[in-house]
Amino acid sequence: MKYRHVLATLVAATMATTVVAGDTSPAQLLKKFEAQAGTSGSPERGRALFTGTHTGGKPDTPSCTTCHTTNLKGRGKTRAGKVIEPMALSANPSRFSDSAKVAKWFRRNCRTVLGRECTPGEKADVIAFLSSI
Amino acid sequence: MIRKTVSSTCLAAALLLSALPAAMAEEGVQLPPIADKVTRTECSACHMAYPAVLLPKRSWHAIMSDLSNHFGEDASLDAKTEQHIRAYLEANAADTGGRLPAISRGLSPSDTPLRISELPIIRSIHEEVGSRWRKRVGSMGKCNACHRGAERGRFEEG
Ligand code: HEC
Ligand code: HEC
Ligand code: HEC
Repeated sequence: MKYRHVLATLVAATMATTVVAGDTSPAQLLKKFEAQAGTSGSPERGRALFTGTHTGGKPDTPSCTTCHTTNLKGRGKTRAGKVIEPMALSANPSRFSDSAKVAKWFRRNCRTVLGRECTPGEKADVIAFLSSI
Repeated sequence: MIRKTVSSTCLAAALLLSALPAAMAEEGVQLPPIADKVTRTECSACHMAYPAVLLPKRSWHAIMSDLSNHFGEDASLDAKTEQHIRAYLEANAADTGGRLPAISRGLSPSDTPLRISELPIIRSIHEEVGSRWRKRVGSMGKCNACHRGAERGRFEEG
């Protein structure tokens, strides 16, 4: 079907542009944060942090899902309307493959939503969660 | 993209154009887009990359000095990247290398606007843009919601 063909091309094009430098992997990062925290990453705690509503941060962004939405296999949107590719690793294998990018966005988004940086344990939880869905 | 809801003689836009004959295109305005790759990548992560020429130097300075409190979000960068982008934006601002003095029209030298959408000249250009369109778009800062070519520096009426 023509429609499917177009869609496949679009998807391929999107994937090509979102592939990043790639100096790490989700598994490597998970291990690193687990070692720093001294605990193992928990998908359940990660889910609670990612989908929960928080009060410490900026008023317009009480949750990670404000931008990433609750359908983490689907696309999200910034407040200014720009598309964000899916967060679930099953839907977007290029996630967590660039350590500088991961550090930048954990720093920004945890401050924006929680009003503080995430701990290594929380980062491990988030990666464990996004790897599990 | 937009239906023409306003008179075709846009006086304010004409003022903008008259200040920069080189930017005059057959229709609409062509401004230099962001030429620096780092700036374009980092400053288009959450919204379009705004052309440097749309704000005076002091505004870029203020924006780049408080990225941790950027319009209700943390947009902080590492020090080296921040310095690089600051230098590019300040060098290509309306009142420096970008040479678009009309941007500062009606602006008191003691004012340091953080929003392009709130500059007197940009407000007056859009005076007649209906509230229905504004509501649909959400914020006048989303230039590219109405001007498809905005990120490339292209601003046309329709
Ligand atoms: C204001 C909107 C917004 C909020 C709220 C938000 N994010 Fe993000 N997030 C983004 C954008 C934009 C990106 C960068 C675009 C991309 O990677 O697709 C991003 C990227 C990320 C990345 C980088 C992933 C990678 O591939 O390296 C992580 C990790 C992340 N966000 C975690 C979180 C967490 C955890 C929260 C809640 C504490 C959160 N985000 C809340 C907008 C947001
Ligand atoms: C809600 C839709 C909308 C948004 C958002 C918007 N514009 Fe416009 N813009 C228009 C319309 C409609 C006109 C034509 C106005 C007229 O002719 O009176 C226009 C005209 C202009 C012009 C003059 C172009 C010409 O050919 O006369 C410039 C320059 C411009 N806009 C810049 C901007 C910038 C910069 C932003 C973002 C900060 C922005 N606009 C956001 C709708 C919009
Ligand atoms: C983490 C997300 C994020 C990043 C990264 C980001 N911004 Fe923003 N920016 C925003 C938000 C949110 C707004 C407010 C949007 C609105 O209300 O229309 C905004 C608004 C702006 C505005 C005002 C637009 C207007 O005229 O109303 C300017 C100028 C701006 N940003 C410049 C920059 C520059 C320069 C950079 C790169 C150093 C940057 N931004 C990076 C989130 C971001």
